[in-house]
Amino acid sequence: MNRLGVLIMRLEKRPERSAAMALASPFMALAMTVVTAAAIFALRGNNPFIALYVYFVEPLTALWSVEQLLVKASPLILIGAGLAVAYRANIWNIGAEGQLTAGAILAGAVPVFFTQWQSPLTLAVMIVLGIVGGMLWAAIPALLRNRFNANEILTSLMLVYVVQLMLDYLVRGPWRDPQGFNFPKSVTFADWQLLPYLTPGIHAGVLVSILLALLLGFMVSRTIKGFEITVSGLSPRAARFAGFSEKRTVLFCMMLSGGLAGLAGAFEISSVVGQLQPQISPGYGFAAIIVAFLGRLNPVGVIFAGLLLALSYIGGEAVQTALQIPDKITRVIQGILLFYILACDTLINYRVVFAAPVGGRT
Amino acid sequence: MTKYLMAAATAALMLGAASASASADALKACWVYVGPIGDFGWSYQHHQGLEAVKKEFGDKVETAYAENVTEADSEKTFERFAREGCKIIYGTSFGFMEPMLKVAKKFPDVKFEHATGYKTADNLGTYNAKFHEGRYVIGQIAAKMSKTGTAGYIVSFPIPEVVAGINAFMLGAQSVNPDFKVKIVWANTWFDPAKEADAAKVLLSQGADILVQHTDSTAPLQVAQEQGKFGFGQASDQIKFAPKAQLTAIVDNWAPHYVRSVQAVLDGSWKPAQVWDGMAEGTVSMAPFTNLPDDVVKMAAETSDAIKTGKLNPFKGPVTKQDGTVVDAVDDGMILGMNWYVKGVDDKLPQ
Repeated sequence: MNRLGVLIMRLEKRPERSAAMALASPFMALAMTVVTAAAIFALRGNNPFIALYVYFVEPLTALWSVEQLLVKASPLILIGAGLAVAYRANIWNIGAEGQLTAGAILAGAVPVFFTQWQSPLTLAVMIVLGIVGGMLWAAIPALLRNRFNANEILTSLMLVYVVQLMLDYLVRGPWRDPQGFNFPKSVTFADWQLLPYLTPGIHAGVLVSILLALLLGFMVSRTIKGFEITVSGLSPRAARFAGFSEKRTVLFCMMLSGGLAGLAGAFEISSVVGQLQPQISPGYGFAAIIVAFLGRLNPVGVIFAGLLLALSYIGGEAVQTALQIPDKITRVIQGILLFYILACDTLINYRVVFAAPVGGRT
Repeated sequence: MTKYLMAAATAALMLGAASASASADALKACWVYVGPIGDFGWSYQHHQGLEAVKKEFGDKVETAYAENVTEADSEKTFERFAREGCKIIYGTSFGFMEPMLKVAKKFPDVKFEHATGYKTADNLGTYNAKFHEGRYVIGQIAAKMSKTGTAGYIVSFPIPEVVAGINAFMLGAQSVNPDFKVKIVWANTWFDPAKEADAAKVLLSQGADILVQHTDSTAPLQVAQEQGKFGFGQASDQIKFAPKAQLTAIVDNWAPHYVRSVQAVLDGSWKPAQVWDGMAEGTVSMAPFTNLPDDVVKMAAETSDAIKTGKLNPFKGPVTKQDGTVVDAVDDGMILGMNWYVKGVDDKLPQ
């Protein structure tokens, strides 16, 4: 207690970081999120047990909703895995949503301009263009950082709005469906411009997303490139002594995460959406940031985190239709989850000390 | 801990039992809204239709809805409703067209109705309203009430419904004042109160003294109220938000259509149709005429009655296009695909 009778809270670095707690942190965060969600449901006057069941369990009890879950998780995993790698190197790509959009624009150019081009290559070209679009859009903040030392958090974020407006312009203007009564949509894609389906509900992109996340997990833990990225993040000085180029790492990480986001954009328009329109993603690029942290910046962990976040979307819709709980609950739960993860991670590295401030003055 | 788990399991069982018993005898009707039901405009009015269905059929019908559904992601919402036992599903935004087509194909036993679309299937019909009939009435009122002879018109997207609305408004205004002018701002959104308010301010500063909107928020009316100008409510009676500024509102009343449609499903007589109702059927109506002198109220009421009884057709030719060509008779097909302005509109249609 100080003179004012106020208890001062201070964070003090722990001498040792508990490895067990670091692993347990996402589960603790999840448990606390569930408890908080129950409290919110109860305050609204819903039976918290029923609401929690509908939100977190029921979507897993039917095949169709599991399929929806996997489809929803696919872009989150794809983008989250790339972001996890970049964040390991302390490279903060916040603009995955824009890179997704850039990928969708380039991929969508194929059906818009070559409506009749029917070949097994059509889809392959769309996918490659999607990756290229995302990479190019992510290369801009990378080059700005390498050349002018511009903060990539700001530049990558601002470029999201730029490319979203470009898409908006295209589908309202030159790329609009001529038969579409002036509505802001491109032509609808034909069968051969759409991804094949593995089951009636799951498109091939889902499988590719999981395989790519596993591949990235292998790269991070078993290859020199992965080592280089991890070292660059943990100790830029050590990385320089080891002869790793910082600029090369920035470019690599931005283009890797951007390319994967672009691929997610190509997958979305050639499966779920099936055409270009002003909005093609309900914010996957931003939600994937939570996924990367929840997955411990580990691409394999991201798979599970992506599934969990997808559950938060599907469950949010389930409680809305079944119990008439407003759709904003999805955002609320995602926000609470991120908050608890960050809190847990902080408290693993630091402990809270209650004491009078040093010097006795406030 | 075990106790809680048991409680949760019991709750889950009860929930399962509850939903099973409800779906056994009641017909489930479901709505998918693009906006929030609290927008006091488009989605709100559709939700009033849901409420009317509840009131009309009581226990015979169970309802459900999802609001703020993203168009890009709406397919899974329609599929959810089809899976959850909905027998008829209403989608209330044009952007739901392709997702609804896909899901309708997948669930041939479920019936679908799409508001404002143009594609149909064996189990997918469309419904829309002749909003332009109301716009003719407000055109006449605007021409009577404007001192500067200029209205400011805030519009969303250059789709036929909106273009036909501008034209009907102009034809109404010109029937009172042949030199009437309209300034147009494309907001490129259906619902963005801040953007709509900015557009309203710009139009008023450019000499318009009466505001018309084809966007869904109450913001333009509120701007009109602040500046002592007039405006018209959109989709629902917005008099509460601008008691001094609203002259009337074009009210979308979807309740009669929804009640008829649900009744048809109950009777087994539902067929996919392309419903296009207007003032005669009560789908479009005018909110009470307020803040107006008696003679204008009288004129507006007479015009509304004439449209209702079919004596007046806002698009009865000949209509002169912006480019000077004359159309002798504008038929329904031309209105539903309208992509040209009538003479006197001071704007170039975005192409």
